[in-house]
Amino acid sequence: MSTPTVTTAAPAPPPASPPAPPRPVRPRGERGPLARLASHTVLGVASAVAFFPVAWLVFLSLGPDKDDYLHPGGIWRKMTLDNYAFVLQHTAFSDWLKSSLIVSLGTTLIGVLVSASTGYAVSRMRFPGYRRFMWVLLVTQMFPVAVLMVPMYQILSRLGLIDNYLGLILVYCSTAVPYCAWLMKGYFDTIPFEIDEAGRVDGLSPIGTFVRLILPLAKPGLAVAAFYSFITAFGEVAFATTFLLDDRKYTLAVGLQSFVSEHDAQRHLMAATAVLIAIPVSAFFYLVQKNLVTGLTAGGTKG
Amino acid sequence: MTVAIDRATGERRGDRAPRPGPVSRLKHGYRKHWYAYAMIAPVAVVLGVLVLYPLAYGFYLTLTDANSLNSARTIGVNEIAATYKFIGLDNYADILWGPTAYDRFWSHFVWTIVWTAACVALHYGIGLGLALLLDQKLRGRTFYRLVLILPWAVPTFVTVFGWRFMLADSGIVNSALDFLHLPAPAWLEDTFWQRTAAIMVNTWCGVPFMMVSLLGGLQSIDGALYEAAEMDGAGAWQRFRHVTLPGLRSVSSTVVLLGVIWTFNQFAVIFLLFGNTAPEAQILVTWAYQLGFGQQPRDFAQSAAYGILLLAILIVFTSFYRRWLNRYEQQLAF
Repeated sequence: MSTPTVTTAAPAPPPASPPAPPRPVRPRGERGPLARLASHTVLGVASAVAFFPVAWLVFLSLGPDKDDYLHPGGIWRKMTLDNYAFVLQHTAFSDWLKSSLIVSLGTTLIGVLVSASTGYAVSRMRFPGYRRFMWVLLVTQMFPVAVLMVPMYQILSRLGLIDNYLGLILVYCSTAVPYCAWLMKGYFDTIPFEIDEAGRVDGLSPIGTFVRLILPLAKPGLAVAAFYSFITAFGEVAFATTFLLDDRKYTLAVGLQSFVSEHDAQRHLMAATAVLIAIPVSAFFYLVQKNLVTGLTAGGTKG
Repeated sequence: MTVAIDRATGERRGDRAPRPGPVSRLKHGYRKHWYAYAMIAPVAVVLGVLVLYPLAYGFYLTLTDANSLNSARTIGVNEIAATYKFIGLDNYADILWGPTAYDRFWSHFVWTIVWTAACVALHYGIGLGLALLLDQKLRGRTFYRLVLILPWAVPTFVTVFGWRFMLADSGIVNSALDFLHLPAPAWLEDTFWQRTAAIMVNTWCGVPFMMVSLLGGLQSIDGALYEAAEMDGAGAWQRFRHVTLPGLRSVSSTVVLLGVIWTFNQFAVIFLLFGNTAPEAQILVTWAYQLGFGQQPRDFAQSAAYGILLLAILIVFTSFYRRWLNRYEQQLAF
């Protein structure tokens, strides 16, 4: 009776059991009240820091005047949704949104297809040139915009793809795919090879195995790759600024910049636009975030 | 038709033994690996056309004096042929040790190094701290996790504008500092404070990625190791030092490498925070962009030369990093 064996079964309260044990034994992984308080404090502060700038942006977007961000106290009294109404009705917001969605979803679609098949190939098969290929995938991550921008511009204009969604999609794929392929390879590595073998025994072709057996199992990994491609395309600034010329074809990232010069720094409108942009993306983010941890670490740890 | 899984045997370059003639080898290799090649073909094409070819072409540009006045261009219906000429390595010489090379290159170089080191250290340190806190049994940890990844969920170009409002001269940050009777620095004007602000904003943006990756790494560490360590009488610090850190090693080495590459090339934060107003706070990437696209005439050759130099720095760094990892017998993610 002297050894209170606490198993990991239930989140049981500390055993303050009858024969007065020398001191309460906590289940593994639980800290004392003081440590817990400290954890809560630190996490609370960090959450506040993470949350505040976004909340502040939302708050500012409710102020009707363009200089309200300088005396935010006044916003409480005259809060209004007018900015949103204005942005939606009198600016090219819907056009920008459309281009952003076309470009990002296009990148996501192509990026995921391509990177999944690549990831599978490098995960399951050893072919001549394998190591060099993986090295290229890593090195492409390192390309600074400045090297590629000028030549890409000239190539795309020769192909007639400047000021064109397809051109931008291809450019984004070239940045998103290497990382996603890397990620997918890590994920496929965690799926047992026996499944492939079973598929082959049952008479599936290698590509059939991939499509019918492996892809369904790799959904979390695919979600992360999709998310990464989407975010890359949606938030990219440098290429979009340079490659899109027609202001009705701007993506949101470019369009948002134009508020400062075009409407002589109408910051209240800009804040409202920013919030409108953030909502769908964040929604998408929170939809896939459950898979984020599994997918990312599978990509990061295994290999 | 076999899928070449030689993972199990641990052999990288499988069947090496008797070498048949080159033709039949090629045929054999083709028959054995055709679907592997078929599957990577799309990437290879995209990378080849949109990355490797531009790279080669960009490198060629650095050997010329191309700018927007002498490149081939179309004005209305007139096509003007390119008139730039080959000047060898002059661009590099000019950037590295020409007149005012310090102001144009070396000052940005030093600042880029400081920026990368500071940002990655902060990302990793804060990310690891938060991941450790989130890895314990704690009420509301899902809530904390969801809030803490918010800076990642909202696109950078949106949040950077938010920060610009906050850091403006009489924005909320300075008002708060004023209220506390602390000096209110000119975040967006003074060089030192510009740099501080840039690091701060980038840290804010980058921590969630590290946190989530490291949290995943922590959760994949076998709990039995902790139990064993505890049985052996290891304290909290020793468990952290000898179980947690080694367990995180492969995730860490990968995310740190990615972090360095991404931070070194971080374009959006500085570009959107300062635009063209802060020449001193530009890291090499944004500086190269300004040379190539942010001024008239656009100096394509110099801009591309900066790009090549940046790439060279990163490649040298990565090789050393991998060698250093290999010495400790760690593998990167591949």
